[in-house]
Amino acid sequence: MANVTMTVNGRSVSKTVDDRTLLVQFLREELGLTGTHVGCDTSQCGACVVHVNGKSAKACTILAAQADGAEVLTIEGLANGELHPVQAAFREHHGLQCGFCTPGMIMSAVDMINRHGPGKLDEATVREELDGNICRCTGYHNIVKAILAASDQMAG
Amino acid sequence: MGVEGIGARVLRKEDKRFISGKGRYTDDMTVPGMCHAAFVRSPHAHARVGSIDASEAESMPGVIAVLNGTQLAGDGIGNLICGWMIHSKDGSPMNMGAYPALASEVVRYVGQAVAVVVAETQAQARDAAEKVVVDWQELPAVIDPVKALEPGAPQLHPEAPNNLIYDWEIGDAAAVDKAIAEAAHVTTMEITNNRLVPNAMEPRAALASYDTAEDHYTLWTTSQNPHVARLVLSAFYNVAPEHKLRVIAPDVGGGFGSKIYIYPEEIVCLWASKRTGVPVKWTGDRTEAFLTDAHGRDHVSTAKMAFDADNRITALKVDTIANLGGYMSLFSSSVPTYLYATLLSGQYDIANIHCNVRTVYTNTVPVDAYRGAGRPEATYLLERVVETAARELGVSPAELRRKNFITEFPHQTPVIMAYDAGNYSASLDAAMAAADYDGFAARKAEAESRGRKRGIGMSCYIEACGIAPSQAVGSLGAGVGLWESAEVRVNPVGTIEVLTGSHSHGQGHETTFAQLVSERLGLPTDNIQIVHGDTDKVQFGMGTYGSRSGAVGMSAIVKALDKVEAKAKKIAAHLLEASESDIEISGGEVSVAGTDKKLGWHEVCLAAYTAHNLPEGMEPGLKEGAFYDPTNFTFPAGCYICEVEVDPATGDVEVVQFVAADDFGTIINPMIVEGQVHGGIAQGVGQALLEGAQYDETGQLVTASYNDYCMPRASNLPSFNVSTTETVCPGNPLGMKGCGEAGAIGSPPAVINAITDAIGNNDLSMPATPEKVWAAANR
Repeated sequence: MANVTMTVNGRSVSKTVDDRTLLVQFLREELGLTGTHVGCDTSQCGACVVHVNGKSAKACTILAAQADGAEVLTIEGLANGELHPVQAAFREHHGLQCGFCTPGMIMSAVDMINRHGPGKLDEATVREELDGNICRCTGYHNIVKAILAASDQMAG
Repeated sequence: MGVEGIGARVLRKEDKRFISGKGRYTDDMTVPGMCHAAFVRSPHAHARVGSIDASEAESMPGVIAVLNGTQLAGDGIGNLICGWMIHSKDGSPMNMGAYPALASEVVRYVGQAVAVVVAETQAQARDAAEKVVVDWQELPAVIDPVKALEPGAPQLHPEAPNNLIYDWEIGDAAAVDKAIAEAAHVTTMEITNNRLVPNAMEPRAALASYDTAEDHYTLWTTSQNPHVARLVLSAFYNVAPEHKLRVIAPDVGGGFGSKIYIYPEEIVCLWASKRTGVPVKWTGDRTEAFLTDAHGRDHVSTAKMAFDADNRITALKVDTIANLGGYMSLFSSSVPTYLYATLLSGQYDIANIHCNVRTVYTNTVPVDAYRGAGRPEATYLLERVVETAARELGVSPAELRRKNFITEFPHQTPVIMAYDAGNYSASLDAAMAAADYDGFAARKAEAESRGRKRGIGMSCYIEACGIAPSQAVGSLGAGVGLWESAEVRVNPVGTIEVLTGSHSHGQGHETTFAQLVSERLGLPTDNIQIVHGDTDKVQFGMGTYGSRSGAVGMSAIVKALDKVEAKAKKIAAHLLEASESDIEISGGEVSVAGTDKKLGWHEVCLAAYTAHNLPEGMEPGLKEGAFYDPTNFTFPAGCYICEVEVDPATGDVEVVQFVAADDFGTIINPMIVEGQVHGGIAQGVGQALLEGAQYDETGQLVTASYNDYCMPRASNLPSFNVSTTETVCPGNPLGMKGCGEAGAIGSPPAVINAITDAIGNNDLSMPATPEKVWAAANR
């Protein structure tokens, strides 16, 4: 068993878990944060993307123990009183249908905008950067629109 | 139209929970004492199941029980069934082999379940499942549906000699043969429709809880049709009587057909929850989804299209072999027959059509409806043949199509369908204008200067949606009626709950259905709640598939609203001392026409519930239900144009333009409709370029993960140019046709027509991988 302490969405949590517990299992089963999803078993689909110490990471491919001491941000912690601009843009531009890939998409998009700088994205870059996030519903058309709109809006 | 009424781009009500991580999917559910299931699955495509030794597994930490198929059968749990009876052309019924939820004698595909472990944690269950020892006795397997019909092929089911499920036909073979013999030109093609894995992003899951005191079961499951699930689980599988089983399909992460069916895991979780006395949850992983979700397509066909000297199509003859896998899934028999061959007239006036279909068993997972279900197979065949014919005849593909379009409605095809309305030239014109079809030659020349081969291809599709008149489908073999139900509950304060038998798993019903009520009563959509997906709340429903929720589900809501309005008018007329025929409802008010006498909608609703002053003899309350049975299929149609650039050095294909012009009849929310088309096109482009389920000759699925099965990613696709034309559907009260499947139906032939145009070689199969395209381009 492993003793794991981390800060999740600003709250410090400590649990003793099976050594093999994945971060995504820790979030979903130990903390009840079920907004982070599991859509595959090969680190391909990106439904589980969260931020670990400010960078996007696939929570299905990290042991909870590896995140010991880390700051973790999940979809539940993204909004700060009101919706994050990326969340708002996904709704405004109909960037989601069934909603299952959406939390991972949004967390990836926030990271993408952070890395490139608000207002610095173009369509080709967004499409290339979404390589690690699979959506089966939207054909990506409106997801790309939403991310570009959020990026521009965050640039002010 | 009100600001939130029919035709408005209303943002989705359901989005707020999904964008903030508050969606509630089946795997998010927990109940006290919940344990976990892991299945022991066959590693072989075809094998006898010998002894199952669970002794080591049973002694492992946390294990509560290991259960097998003998125990399942011993408890009277029935086999899975196919609910649509097809008769062969000799009159004999289809040959359905037994499909137990846990196999105890023979397994017929890799991944078929033979036992289940129930343990306290998922990890413990999986560990123990690996320690269950099965004495497999391998049998020879057959994977290819054509080889499965050959003499000497391994035999799957004693009920189905030569692995033949049925040998069915439609149309007049003699008339077709005569027309072909007399034709000025005949185009002949062999066409394969590649096998696909639906891949909804949420893997299937089930949580079953048995209440000993009440002798009552609750099942949370990833279903597109919870009432159908309850009906089948009760009536055919004997899991629980219908009134003792509650099925809840909460938020469901995509379906595309794959979540219509009741799968072995749902049956086993329910049964195991009673047998073990603990709630049992199973959540599939992606590998299990690849191995056990019903696959789609998988047809091999030959087609002959005959033309007269004026290039008019005189006949179409098709011979199809369809692979249904190791067992018949719930609606599998209907897909290559009434959802396929009946659409082979396409948008064209063809006097003579004949189609023969043989369905076969192979040692692969069952095949059933996947987005479009039969109609993509018909469209791909027809639109590849028409495009090829145009090339052979040396005429414009657009003009050959236009010359043969049906232009008068209603139109009875020779293959059952009676098209009610359409304007195929309008969508062709719209698509050609949007694509700047006339400017293609210049774009091709410009691409040539960059060393790239540019091609353009089109596809004019039709589909039959709004399935379907119950009497008609009953006469064709369906085991269920295909109506829909709705209930409109008006609260005393005037807010409204609509209970619908449709199920939303991405389609946005919570928004579009509320828009309908808003349109009718002038209330804000915030005052309207759509309730679905729970058999304890909604009386009954046939669920969502086949683009039926608008044309059928919303029509039921219309009928219920009609009744609510009629009663509200009676109450208002009584209170306002006016004639019922003078009462109007709009803008949240109930008024007497031509006067200033009016009541707020909420005042009438309150009056219905206080019942202090109602018309003589009227019951209190304001709540009405309705069932709607369609009068016909609906016939969405459209034209898709794809433009590609091929790198001749690598065979890489880039989709540089994709145009869709669809006729869906009345549109409730254009934003949602466009989203449906985008997603459908992505799946169709995926089929054309990227996706293909590949079994090796021993029956191992070698594309069983996202590392091996190529899902469309954002970088594989362009932005899409979608628009609509409109002919109103005369068959239902809102004039709707349905939009859910069009993209997946219309797009594959447009893509392949474009690539073959670019490379100048028509011999290309889906998926058109760079390897295949390079080889074809350099032959």
